[in-house]
Amino acid sequence: MATQTFTATDVLRVDGPHQRPTRSTGARIAAGMPFWVLTTALAIIFLYPLIWTAISSVAPKAGTSQVDGWGLGNYAALAHYQAGIWVYLFNSLFVSLLTVLLTLVVSLLGGYAFARFAFPGKNMLFLVTLAILMVPYATLLIPLYVILNAAGLSNSLVGVAIVLTMFQLPFSTFMMRISFESIPRELDEAAMVDGCSTFGALRRVLLPAVKPGLVTVGLFAFLAAWNDFMAPLILITDTNRMTLPLAVANLRVQVQGVIDYGATEAGVVVLALPCILLFLLLQRHYVRGFMSGAFKG
Amino acid sequence: MTITASPPLRRRRSPRARRDAWRGWGYAAPTAAFVLFVFILPLLLVLQMSGSDWPLLGGNQGLNLPDNYVDAATHRLFWNSIGFTITYTVITTVLLIGLGLGLALLVQESTRWKSLMRTAFLIPSALGLASASLLFYVIYSPYAGPFADLMKAWGFTFLGSPQGALFSTVFLIVWRYAGFYMLLMLVGLQGIPDDVYEAARIDGASRWQTFRDITVPLLRPTFALTTVMCVTGSLLAFEQFYILTKGGPDNSTMTVVQLIYNVAFQGQNDLGVAAALSVIVLAALIVINIFQLRAFRRPDES
Repeated sequence: MATQTFTATDVLRVDGPHQRPTRSTGARIAAGMPFWVLTTALAIIFLYPLIWTAISSVAPKAGTSQVDGWGLGNYAALAHYQAGIWVYLFNSLFVSLLTVLLTLVVSLLGGYAFARFAFPGKNMLFLVTLAILMVPYATLLIPLYVILNAAGLSNSLVGVAIVLTMFQLPFSTFMMRISFESIPRELDEAAMVDGCSTFGALRRVLLPAVKPGLVTVGLFAFLAAWNDFMAPLILITDTNRMTLPLAVANLRVQVQGVIDYGATEAGVVVLALPCILLFLLLQRHYVRGFMSGAFKG
Repeated sequence: MTITASPPLRRRRSPRARRDAWRGWGYAAPTAAFVLFVFILPLLLVLQMSGSDWPLLGGNQGLNLPDNYVDAATHRLFWNSIGFTITYTVITTVLLIGLGLGLALLVQESTRWKSLMRTAFLIPSALGLASASLLFYVIYSPYAGPFADLMKAWGFTFLGSPQGALFSTVFLIVWRYAGFYMLLMLVGLQGIPDDVYEAARIDGASRWQTFRDITVPLLRPTFALTTVMCVTGSLLAFEQFYILTKGGPDNSTMTVVQLIYNVAFQGQNDLGVAAALSVIVLAALIVINIFQLRAFRRPDES
């Protein structure tokens, strides 16, 4: 399969094969009615669970932390749950940002190496990096649990970030490699003729040119780390070091088997909101990421 | 043999090429370190663990072959979990690929309204699987969900029966991933050249004929990609079941990965047997992926 990249506008403006002949506006609207009804119904199905949860998290409801009226009672309950939401938010942000940082640095340098230098073992290393995709996440976490213990990184957010970075490498290394390869070599060669070192050329000339690739890689690393459930579930046992998804999931197993559904709703909103906002803001990069991830050679 | 200034020879011999090789390794070193210590090393360790007596607390207690594999394969839930995982995988794969293609065809053209709909279908894909599962955990709840009164009146629960639990989870997965598969299908559709459709139209082909004889065959690479992705992902299902059902009711929704997790960290605390299960899953997945790639290869590539 040929390596192709698509931009968001390519995908979001696909022109279909069947262009309808021009008709009067009224006739067109009438003919389109079934289609409008169908797509609207589908959109409602897709958005309803999100909207219901958002509204329900502030609505008065029996069996939740806010029986009396509309308000942020569910969020207040979440704030006081165990170590408190602020600790979990901090943990999640710490893991996510460290994962983003590590992923950016490693894949920037790695992508540069794979795109610009000839070195023995290059193709082998690249293939092994891509092979991470073929190995089930769950099967690696058990030995990683043992290895991180041995390395003194048991129960550590840094350990979780290292593991999450590794799982990001196939996509991000691939993405950075094609980003560098799409820039003409003359650009950095000229910089080196002018006396730049290879690192200088990377920093001054190439870095601005691969910025879109870096944004895509960073966005995916953030979302993956923010949303990851399994790595912290297995690697973190200390309540104070849990990440937000883990803490919200734990609301279900509260004392006396009583589940605080209201606080769970609030937790889901806190978890989902940054993802949806990032998605809407960076839709172009998000779509491009899917595309290059999907069309690896 | 005369030495000419052909690029490959020069690259191998010149000092500049040697410097290049060192620099290349220098820049690739962090990648290599991650791959070596966080990927290759655990991969080797899981093989070793699968042959060792290795309780959760206590570390390696020595060789234990072939007992771990025997224990894994004779675990009372082993075949159940494999059967359930395959059932689940077939259902989600068929539904997601069908719906993905359906949605893609529906919103293929680039009017403003269709772009808006595409975004609406895609929004659930931005959520984490765990967040989406927690969201549906509340929605399916007989106490707090939007269907709570309905459930009370009609006397049913979403997650209470084996079939209910399976299809409730499938609905969650379809909701979360349909937009994502729609996007992959859109890219595939975009790869079909317009003049093929043009020719079909001139020949007077109906919409259905065009779809059956042009769109579907030419989407073959996309079908291959989406099937491999969906099958691989579904065979490794964990979060959705861990959060919604914990494998219940009555172990009816126990997936293979949930079983690995339970053997390692819940009750049994046997990392050796869990590692043996992992190696079995790993081997099975590699075989399945080779098989899939071969099945989807075009005849002319043989």
